[in-house]
Amino acid sequence: MTAQPTHGLDRRAAMAALLVDRGDDLVAIPGLGSTCWDLAAAGDNDRNFYLWGAMGGAAMVGLGLALAQPGRRVLVVTGDGEMLMGMGSLATIGNKKPANLAVVVFDNGHYGETGMQPSHTHQGGVDLVAVAKGCGIGTALDVRDEAGLAGLVERVKTLGGEGPLFARLAISAAEAPRVLPERDGVVLKNRFRVAIGLKA
Amino acid sequence: MNAPVAAIDWPDQLYATLKRADVRQVGYVPDAGHARLIDRVRADPDIHDVVLSTEEEGIALAAGAWLGGQRAMLLMQSSGVGNCVNMLSLARTCRFPLLMMITMRGEWEEFNPWQQPMGSIVEPVMKLNEAEIYRATKPEDVEGLAERAVQHVFGDERIAALILSQQLIGKKVWTK
Repeated sequence: MTAQPTHGLDRRAAMAALLVDRGDDLVAIPGLGSTCWDLAAAGDNDRNFYLWGAMGGAAMVGLGLALAQPGRRVLVVTGDGEMLMGMGSLATIGNKKPANLAVVVFDNGHYGETGMQPSHTHQGGVDLVAVAKGCGIGTALDVRDEAGLAGLVERVKTLGGEGPLFARLAISAAEAPRVLPERDGVVLKNRFRVAIGLKA
Repeated sequence: MNAPVAAIDWPDQLYATLKRADVRQVGYVPDAGHARLIDRVRADPDIHDVVLSTEEEGIALAAGAWLGGQRAMLLMQSSGVGNCVNMLSLARTCRFPLLMMITMRGEWEEFNPWQQPMGSIVEPVMKLNEAEIYRATKPEDVEGLAERAVQHVFGDERIAALILSQQLIGKKVWTK
């Protein structure tokens, strides 16, 4: 295994910051793998829809949800590998421009679940912020420190009105302990719908 | 295209069917066979029309729509079915209702042999993914089959593929 760089933000602290005092109007979708465990570690909530699979689909689940629920803030938090697999979805989101959708990528430049192999974003490779901008997402932030994270947290709190938000967070490649949420997809689906006032 | 004298306007019937079903999001990768239906959807302010960069995005879009209380539908060509396979596990694992309308290539008076390999395995691929298959070959059958597919999908949170035969659509006409 290659040495794991530990510079960058702590993923668990970053997730917790994004969700502090989240409010009932915020719904959260993680990508599979580490961001899913990060979301569970921040505290279970019926308004989380944990993806245990569907790699490349997190941002699009967020888009469908954002279009259906324009009065809610939809927060997708996924990893660089998951975002790279669904990179075309940034084009689809940039085309549709839902104001209430934020896509946040925890970028550690590695595939964390499979043995820390380097991803395309490793060491200044593919620039996901430039990709998001090129896809027509007006607000695309490169977050590298605590001050940047604090700014992102404020933008997520006031999401809406200015089009979709994209942010890439430079995350430490240090691995955090697994915190596993519910994994029955039907249970997750139905409890989410009930939590936002729909019939299961 | 050899249209019958009193041609049944099946794309308009499909539009009427999706309106009756209260479908509010339509994801699509364009296909000539779906051109009229796409036009109708894009002109409808009550429907979110979402052009996709690849068909698998639509499976995830439909899941998100359902989580948010809206019904979605996907339009794709037969070649797009292959692009969906892993993402279909999202619908299968969580029992998201998923309605796909698939226009066929590679099966009838096809001029492009590259369409045949995927076209020839659309039905088995869909069946392996637990989709109920409704195949329309004649214009007069389209609306009834579409209604049954809607009932299967939204009545019981299942997957259905309405397959629109190439014979129904007719030869590809090069307009430009």
